[in-house]
Formats: sequence, C-alpha cells, structure tokens
Amino acid sequence: MIVRFFHQMASPQYFYRISGRLVPWFMVPCALLMLAGLYGGLILAPPDYQQGDSYRIIFIHVPSAWMSLFIYVVMAAAGVIGLVWRIKLAEVVAISSAPIGASFTFLALLTGSLWGKPMWGAWWVWDARLTSELILLFLYLGVISLYGAIEDKRVAGRAVAILALVGVVNIPIIHYSVEWWNTLHQGATIAKFDKPSIHMSMLVPLLLMALSFKLFYAAVVLMRARCEVLERERNSRWVQSLVEPQT
Amino acid sequence: MTPIRKKRLFLIGLMVAGIAVATTFALNAFNDNLMFFFSPTEVVAGEAPKGHPFRIGGLVTVNSVKRQEDGLTVQFNLTDNADDVTIQYTGILPDLFREGQGIIAMGQLRDDGVFVASEVLAKHDENYMPPEVASALKTAHDEGIRKQGESLQ
Repeated sequence: MIVRFFHQMASPQYFYRISGRLVPWFMVPCALLMLAGLYGGLILAPPDYQQGDSYRIIFIHVPSAWMSLFIYVVMAAAGVIGLVWRIKLAEVVAISSAPIGASFTFLALLTGSLWGKPMWGAWWVWDARLTSELILLFLYLGVISLYGAIEDKRVAGRAVAILALVGVVNIPIIHYSVEWWNTLHQGATIAKFDKPSIHMSMLVPLLLMALSFKLFYAAVVLMRARCEVLERERNSRWVQSLVEPQT
Repeated sequence: MTPIRKKRLFLIGLMVAGIAVATTFALNAFNDNLMFFFSPTEVVAGEAPKGHPFRIGGLVTVNSVKRQEDGLTVQFNLTDNADDVTIQYTGILPDLFREGQGIIAMGQLRDDGVFVASEVLAKHDENYMPPEVASALKTAHDEGIRKQGESLQ
C-alpha cells in the first residue's frame, strides 16, 4: 500500500497533477501563520530587557537559519534517494531545494549582520558559527552552479547529489560550533529543554514564524519541482498534451 | 533492496564516513585557531601569544569601569571568575557593554600586563525576556542573597 503510494508519487506525471493541487494548501496556512507570527513578534511581544527592540530581528533570523540547515538535510537526503534508487523525482526535489536554501542562508547571514553591528559592535567576525554558515552558502551556490554547468540533467543530478553529500558534514559543525569553540555568537536558545531561555511571549511568535517558513519552503519547492519536471519531460506525451490546445 | 542498490548505499555511507573522519582530524588539528578568544586565566598563565594581537573574552568586573579625563579612554577589568586582566580601550563601546556583561576585546598585551584593546565587542547571551521579568528575577535573586546572609549570621 505504502510502496504503491511512493511508486505513484515518483511518477512525474502523477506528481505534477497532485502537487498542483497541494500548493495552495501550503501557501494559505503559510500566509496566515506569518501574519500571526509577525503581529505577535513585532507588536504583541515586549522589548527585551537588554537589547530593547533590536532583538526583534530574531523572528526572521532564527527561522531562516533553521531553514538553511533543514533544507540542506532535505537536499542531501533526496540526493541519496536519487543516487541509490535512481528515482528521477528525488533528483528534481534536491535541485529545486538548492536556491531556496541559498536564499534562507543569505537571509540568516544578512539579518545577523544587521543585528551584529549595534549589539556586538561589528558587522562580521570570523568566529566558528558565522564562518561555517558562510561555507553553507558557498555549498548551496556550488550545487546550483554545478547543476547549471552540466548539460545532461540526469548526470548533473547525480553530480549534485555527491556534492551535497560531501557538504553534509558541515551541518553538525554549524549546529555545535557554539559549544565546541569559543565564539562571539551566543549559544542555542530553543534547542535545550531544561529551562526556557526565552520568555513565552517571544517564544510563541518565534515558533509561528518557524512553522510558516517551513510551509513556505514546502509550497515553493513543489512549485519549482513542477517546473523542473515539465522541463525534463518536455518530450513526453503527457507534457505535450498539456501544452497543445485540447481538440 | 537489490544487491546493486545495497552496494551503492554502502559506497555512499563509506564516502560520508570518510569525509566526516577527515574533517574531525582537520578540525582537531586547527582547534586552537578556531578558538575565537582566550580567557583571562589563559592570558595570566602566559598561554596567549606575545607580541602580536589576539582576542580576550570574559565578564566585565562590577565596579571596575573607569573613564579617563579625555572621556573616550576606558579602563576596566575582565574576569572569568578565576583571574583578572586589566583592559584599556579608546573608542566607542557597543550598546550591550556594561558591568557584569560578557565582552570580547581585540588587542595586544603591554609589558606591564595591561591589555590594550583596539576593538571591543559585546557578547550577547542566549536569554531573552521582557524588562519586568528581568527585574523580578533580580529582586528574587537579591532577596535570596539577603536571606542567605541572615541565616549565616
């Protein structure tokens, strides 16, 4: 039953039909959650006891940074599935994720830099957390350009999967960098369960934003994957029948 | 799973494991260079590089911040609750600089043991709360210290 479901999902034609219907189901909750999160974060949440209102960049910065790691893991996992089982759709998902992940990484670096100048006193420092996140951005850019450089998209998909897998070692480094080394970047606020380091009134909008960013990714990766599927299958009959006027 | 897929999965696993091991060795080898700053204890023990700039990190000792007459030069002690280093800095301090706050200073050790900083960065901790909660916590903390003092007498 489950196996049959996956086999069906893996067929590009079926995927194209289903994903088109799924996109609004992700987009609408994403927009609602983002509105709620922004209202809660920018208007309802009180200012911080030390940073005043400057801390509010957390509502964009932290979810973006989480997404930059999450999307990379998804991309690498899709890469493995593509390499081992030779499922075309997995390759499509992997390469469709790369530009979204790169955008979130860039956003995390940019917002962090904007916050760092007034709070730390520097736009950029070469500490372990910041440097490893910058390497992540380069990995994403490498994946995108490698895919663009190879003509045969099946070969390109495999090459990209290998590159993504090589880079996956960077993910735990980014996560644990603040514990393994002395860094200027502060430690994790959310990823510990012993005691909350953030007040409830700030935590709730932060989690709403994080969920909204997840849904945004889900919607956008489906949209990108649909385009990629159409382009790859442009010579097949079902794509032809989509473009040609119905008689 | 067919044998060929098993083999592919095994090869991928091997590749990732190999890269992980290589990275671990490399990071271990460069461990000292990846440390963003030295602690006052390490500086007092003479582990910090002499004659060229490095970073020092710690907490600003309470009641140690002194401003010189020119209004820009600040002198304060930096502590890790074990050892103290005196820091001298001329320039604008970041917003988060205050006594008891974690900071990182970039600069050089003078022969008399004073660290002359060319840059001071504030290190923020991972705690976020509204001002009322912070003041309530502080009141409770002071109360606790007062009670402890009473019970000792």
